[in-house]
Amino acid sequence: MEEYNINNLAGIAREIRKKIIEMTYTANSGHPGGSLSITDVLTVLYFKEMNIDPLKPNDENRDILIMSKGHASPALYATLAIRGYFSESLLSGFRSMNSDFEGHVHRGINGVESSTGSLGQGLGVAVGFAIESKIDKKNNKVYAILGDGEMEEGNIWESLMAANKYHLNNLIAILDRNMIQLDGFTEDIMPLNDIGEKVRPFGWDIININGNDINEVIDAVEKAKKSKNNPTMIVAHTIKGKGVSYMENNPKYHGAPPKNQEEYERALREIGE
Amino acid sequence: MEKLEKLESLREAYGDELADLGEENKNIVVLDADLSTSTKTEIFGKKFPDRFFNMGISEQSMVSAAAGLSLSGKTVFASTFAVFLSNTYNVIRQSICYNKAPVNFVVTHSGISLGEDGPTHQILEDVGIMSGLPGMKVIVPVDSIETRRVIDYLSEKKNSPYYIRLTREKFPVLNDNNYEFKEGRAVTMRDGKDITIIAYGIMVSFALKAAEILKKKNIDARVINMSSIKPIDGNAIIKAARETGKIMTAEEHSIYNGLGSRVSEVVSENYPVPVKIFGMPDIFGKSGKGMLLFDYFHIGVNDMVNTAEKFYNEVF
Repeated sequence: MEEYNINNLAGIAREIRKKIIEMTYTANSGHPGGSLSITDVLTVLYFKEMNIDPLKPNDENRDILIMSKGHASPALYATLAIRGYFSESLLSGFRSMNSDFEGHVHRGINGVESSTGSLGQGLGVAVGFAIESKIDKKNNKVYAILGDGEMEEGNIWESLMAANKYHLNNLIAILDRNMIQLDGFTEDIMPLNDIGEKVRPFGWDIININGNDINEVIDAVEKAKKSKNNPTMIVAHTIKGKGVSYMENNPKYHGAPPKNQEEYERALREIGE
Repeated sequence: MEKLEKLESLREAYGDELADLGEENKNIVVLDADLSTSTKTEIFGKKFPDRFFNMGISEQSMVSAAAGLSLSGKTVFASTFAVFLSNTYNVIRQSICYNKAPVNFVVTHSGISLGEDGPTHQILEDVGIMSGLPGMKVIVPVDSIETRRVIDYLSEKKNSPYYIRLTREKFPVLNDNNYEFKEGRAVTMRDGKDITIIAYGIMVSFALKAAEILKKKNIDARVINMSSIKPIDGNAIIKAARETGKIMTAEEHSIYNGLGSRVSEVVSENYPVPVKIFGMPDIFGKSGKGMLLFDYFHIGVNDMVNTAEKFYNEVF
C-alpha cells in the first residue's frame, strides 16, 4: 500500500474539501457542513490506515468502511475519486439525473460498501460485516463513520450492545462530534453531553481526539487497531464546516451549499490557504 | 366423509429444515431477536452456535447486521415474530432492499391464528407492507411440507431478499412429500369451473372445505394455493378468470394491500372479471383460541361458503 507523509495528507484533505464545495455548489444542494468536518478522518483512513486497493474493490480481505452518516456523500465520493476508485470528472454529476452519484451514499458506486442516508443503520451493518470477519477468521478491520446527531437513533444503541456481546475488536466506530444536526445544536435538540462516557459502559473503548488534526486521527486509529477485546469508538471532536469560515459551526450549512458565486469562490480560496 | 386432518407446525418444519441444511451448507448464518425458542431457530442455534446470533430484543440491529452479513457473502436467515419485523420497515427498505442484500426473513406468529396473544401481536398488514418494497419477494407456505421446500430453495444464495410468513398454529398438511416448490407458480389444489378461490396459508384449507360444501350446492369451485405472492403467478390468475369467470381471494390478512389487491391488479389489467376480496376488514384482531377467531371475525369456512355462494349468484 502507498504511504503518504503528513504534508501530503493535509494536501489531500484540502483537495477533498475543494471537491465537496464544487460538488454541492454545482448540484446546488447537498450537505457540505458534515462533509467538511469528517474530511480529515476520511483522508487518514483511505490514504494511510485502511488496507484497500481501488483496483481490487471486492478483495475479500479488504477493510470495510460504512459511512453511516450518508448525507456526507460529497466527502466519501470525493475521497474515493481521489483515491482512484473512479474518475474525478464523474463527481460533477452529483445529485443529477444522468449520474449514479445519488444524493446520499449509494452502493452502486465503486468502493461504496453500503447505501446509507436514513440515519442509525450503518453501525449495525458494520456489526454484520465484523461478525462475518470473525466467522471467516479474517484479519481485516471494519470502520463505521457516525454522525453525532445520529446517536439519537435507537438502532445505534442496539448495535453498540451487539458489538460488545460478540467482542468485535475488529470494529472501529468514528463519531463525527461536530455538535450540530439539521435543526440546530445537538445540545439543544437532544443533549448528548459527554457521549463517549455514555458509550463506554456499553463495553467500548473510547478515544477522544481532535478529529480535524491528522496526527491525532492517525494515532487514535492505530491504537484502535490493536484492541484485543473491545470495539473502539473514536470520538472525533470536529468543527462542522471546517475550513470555510462562514460555514464553521453554522447549522445553516448542514444541508445548504454555497449560495452564490461569491460564497463559492470564498470557500475555495479559504480552503486553499 | 371428511378424512382426518393431519396437523403440523410450519415453524417447527422451518427450524428442523434449517438445522438439516446447516450440516452441509456452512455458509448459512441465522439471526434471531430473543424469540428463537418460538421461531424454532434455536434448533439451528444449538447445533451450530458459531453461526447463530441472538441479537436480543433489538430487531433494528438484527436487520442491520443481517444486511452486513449478507453483503459480505453469507446466506442469512433472520427470524422474529412477523409483527416485530415490521417495526424495522425503514431498515429493511434501505439496508436490505436498496442495498440488494439477499436476506431471508422468516417470520412466525402472523395473523389472527396466533390466538391468545391478541391484537398487539396479530399482524394482518405485513404482506402489504413487504410486497410494496422494491425487490422484496413474499411467500406464504401453505403447510409444513411447503415450508421445508421453500427453506431448502432459499438455502442457495439468491439475488433478492425474501419475506417468508409463517404462523404459530399447526396447519393441515395438504401436500405430499413429492411436492416441489417453484417461485412464482401457483398450485391448483382442486379444479373447478364455476368460480375460483385463490388463497394462501390456512385459507387454502378453508377453501378446500368450502369447495366441498359448495359442491353440494351445485357450485364447482376451483381452489388455488398462491403461496408465491410476489412474484405472483399471473398466468394462473388469468386462466382462472377466463375459465371460471369469477375470482374470490381469501387470506388471513387485511383486505387491503394483500393477495386481493395483487390478484385484482392482474385481473383488471389482463382479463377483467368480478373479484371478491375475502379477509379481515380494516380492524385489529383479538385474544381467543386462534382457530375460533376466524368464525368470530366472520372469515371462517362457513362465511367463505356464504360469501362465495352469494358472489357466484350475483349478476354484474
